[in-house]
Parts: sequence; structure tokens; C-alpha cells
Amino acid sequence: MTETEFRLIPEVTPETEHFWRGGANGELVFLHCESCRNYIHPPSPVCPVCLSCELSPEPVSGRGTVATFTINHQPWNPSVPVPYVIALVEIDEQASLRLMTNIVGCDPEEVHVGMRVRVRFTQHDDVYLPLFEPDES
Amino acid sequence: MNDSIERSAVISGIGQSAIGRRLNRSDLDLTVEASLEAIGDAGLTRDDIDGIASYPGGGGALPPGFSGPGTPEVQDALRLKVGWHMGGLEGPAQLAPVINACLAVAAGLANHVLVYRTVTEATAQGSGRRGGMGLGAQDRRVRGIFQWMLPYHAYSAANWVALYAQRHMHEFGTTREQLGAIAINARRNAAGNPKAIFREPLTMEEYLNARMITTPFGLYDCDVPCDGSTAVIVSRAERAEGASPPLRVNAVGTAIRGRPTWDQWEDLTTMAMRDAAAQLWSRTELTPADVDVAELYDGFSWLTLAWLEALGFAAKGEGGPFVEGGKRIALDGELPLNTSGGQLSAGRLHGFGLLHEACVQLRGIGGDRQAGAPEVAVVAAGGGPIAGCLLLTR
Repeated sequence: MTETEFRLIPEVTPETEHFWRGGANGELVFLHCESCRNYIHPPSPVCPVCLSCELSPEPVSGRGTVATFTINHQPWNPSVPVPYVIALVEIDEQASLRLMTNIVGCDPEEVHVGMRVRVRFTQHDDVYLPLFEPDES
Repeated sequence: MNDSIERSAVISGIGQSAIGRRLNRSDLDLTVEASLEAIGDAGLTRDDIDGIASYPGGGGALPPGFSGPGTPEVQDALRLKVGWHMGGLEGPAQLAPVINACLAVAAGLANHVLVYRTVTEATAQGSGRRGGMGLGAQDRRVRGIFQWMLPYHAYSAANWVALYAQRHMHEFGTTREQLGAIAINARRNAAGNPKAIFREPLTMEEYLNARMITTPFGLYDCDVPCDGSTAVIVSRAERAEGASPPLRVNAVGTAIRGRPTWDQWEDLTTMAMRDAAAQLWSRTELTPADVDVAELYDGFSWLTLAWLEALGFAAKGEGGPFVEGGKRIALDGELPLNTSGGQLSAGRLHGFGLLHEACVQLRGIGGDRQAGAPEVAVVAAGGGPIAGCLLLTR
């Protein structure tokens, strides 16, 4: 996916590297608790469920559901064409595992709550941003 | 509950600078105007002021026009001699310095605290220095909680709140016309407020046909950037000396129990106001039925709806039907709402315009916008992961 627009991108740290660079291997990766199997996002030094500190990166399926969305029409950033869709996507593996993202690869008007989506990545320098597109499968 | 510590405090004075779109006055200049009016209104002189508090305090990395002058600047400009001072972003939203001032006077750290909030966002935006979060930054890299939002071109609170509004519509059938009732009510009330930015009537047709910002929010769902300063004096109850009756702080709402970010809050139909409101009612024997006037944060129309539900004026999911048609929330309705025009029409004074208006209403000096003779007012500020509220009584 190529882009000419200006995008702010995250500063990659040791704590977030698995998430922001997992896309280099086509994988959406979250911290995972070795003890209670809970996924954690954003990264934290402790599992909020069982307080274990034995956490390690673990890829998920990359499939999820649109929990909510907004079609942005305001040209906040003149280099980005509008409209575009901002959404919160819930990842299949865990109800509370959620991230903000863009829904791409479809007409913005087609996006709806409950829509099935799958991840695709867009690279910017050393960062692989997880975006989501309709998942027909 | 009668010994809740905030009841040691009263609001003894109020003041507000000129409000406008392009005042081209410094934030300190505006703050001094509002502060001197509030000090005088409380029957005090600057020598009586022994505390100072503000949200969010000095500029730092915040967007231009957002923060206003820091407390040291105001203390120096007025040569105040204070025993207690604070400024800061973290806490129960924009009302944090008011609540902290209540605690300070209750604890004996001060007798009379000058609390202010100043914005010069209209001037900042007019000069092209402010768009959305992070835009115009020299550094393309983002850190902290914004790294989870800004890379997706989600630059504005309009986008972040819209996600919740959309989900609320999905779950409960809330409509744009219902959100429009909040915007139209605000505009109707603004007609009676000489300082309001927009005072012309707004029709439902105009509301629905306005350009879309970020669905479901059109232009009139979003508040109006402005320049202005508001100040109040929080005094120890027995020390209040002003000509107007001091307004009692009956209860404060300060809680946050959910995940404190825009993208991770668990319930996508509520925000932190849910917890702050629950805390408020846990600290008083009053109930929502006792409230005569409500001044509820309206950075975006849906936030007001969420506050109505959080505070129990409407059941969860029933905020839309509650405001529909606008009769119930009108000046002569059962719950007059945002009587000065709120932020949607009067201007985005970041909750302090609403606080000032609650005091005006309780004093009965609202003129063309006075909503009867209210004895209990609720003030709420904040959206997303920040929220704070106050119950004020005559």
C-alpha cells in the first residue's frame, strides 16, 4: 500500500516494538499473559487480570469486528483525502482486545457496526500500521 | 452525608472577561479581567486571596490557545500572596481546580481561592496555529496514548467522541434529530446571553443540512472555539462576605473506574461521566429529581446526552427520547439545560462557562435567560476519559 499523505507515526520503543513491527511478518501481535492467557493492549508490564508479569508477544488471527466507527469528512490534514473511516475494531481472540484503526478497501458508506474485518498493514519507515478491510471469508 | 468535606466551601464570587471569536488580547489580560471581577464580586480585595488554582495550568506542550496562563503568571500579575496553589491537567476534568479549592479551604490551607480557566483558541486558530492534535508538530513521531489514535488520522476529539455517539445510536436508536434538539436548545438560550458567540435561531433543517464533520456529527454538533476567561472565588463558608448569597457546594463527583483512554473505555455508550456522576450522588441526600437547572458539558452534542444519562435524568439509552422535541430541556421545561447557550452556541470556555452560568441561575440574575428561581444546579465538565461534576445549592 503506497501513500503520499502525511501520517503521524508512533515512536517505537522496546515495549511497543512487537505491535508496531509485527506487520513486517504480516502478523498482528499483542502482549499475552503466560499465566492466564489474557491478551493485553496497549502494552503493560503487568497482566491486569492476574497481575502476572510473565508476558510475551503472541500473534492473533488478525480478524475482528467493527465495534463502532465514524466517517470523517473534515480535512484536518490537507494531504489526506476525505472521507475516510476511523473505527474501533474488536479482535476475535478476546472481547476486550480492541484498537483504533482505519477501515480501508471499501466504500466508507458500507462500513457498519458488526462488520467483519481482517488486518492489512501499511508501512511507514520502521512502522507497520494495522489497518482493516472487509473480510468476506 | 451532611459532613461531606466539600460543604465547607462556597462559591462567593464570579467573574468573566469579554468573550469573542478574535479578541486579540493576551490570555493573561483576559484572566486579570475575569479575576478582578470575581474578587470584587466576592466582596474581597486581592489581599484577601490566599489561594490560586487553574486547569490545566501553564502552557507546556498543549495546543496553542488551550491552556491559558499558568498560576505563577497570574499570581505575579496581581501580586497575590497565596498559601496554596495548583495547576494541572490530571484530575476530574476542567472542574478539578474548583474541587481541589474546596478541599484546600476545608483543610485550612486557604480562605479564598481564585480559580480560573482561560482560552484563546479562536485567536490561535485564526492565526493558523491550531488544527487537530499533532498536526503542525515538528516531530512526526507520537508518543504516549496518542500513538494509538493519531496515526489513523483521528486528530480531533470530534472523531473520538463520534465513535461513542455512533455506537449509542446503534444500540439505542438515538437519532440525529435528538442530538439536534440539544444544539437547537443551546442556540435558543444563547439569544438571551449578550456574550454568546452565536445568537441567531437555528432550525432543525439547518442543523441537519450543515456540513458533516465526522459522522454522526455535523457542524452544529461541535462547540465553538472562542477567547475568554472565567473566574470564581471558592471561599471557606464562614468567610464569605460578598453582596450575593454564597452558593454552597453540596457534592462533588470525581471518580473514574474504567480504562482511562478514548480507545479502551469498556462501554462504548458511556464515558467517565458515568463514574463521576455516581460518585456525586453517593455524596448527597439530594437526587436528580431535586435538580432545577443543568449545565452539562457540550463540547459535542452527544456528550450532553451522555451526561444526562450518567446523572440519572434519563435512564441509560433513554437520553435521546428525553431531549427529543426540546420542550423538557427548554428554559420553561422540567430540566432547563445549558441556559446560556452552552459551548455549542455561547463558546467553548471549557466547562467554566457552564459553571459561571450555574451560579448566575442560582443567583437569579440570568435576565432574558433566567430559568425560574432554581435552588439546585448541577454542573458537569469533561468527555471521554475525564469527567467531574458539582452540585451547587443556593
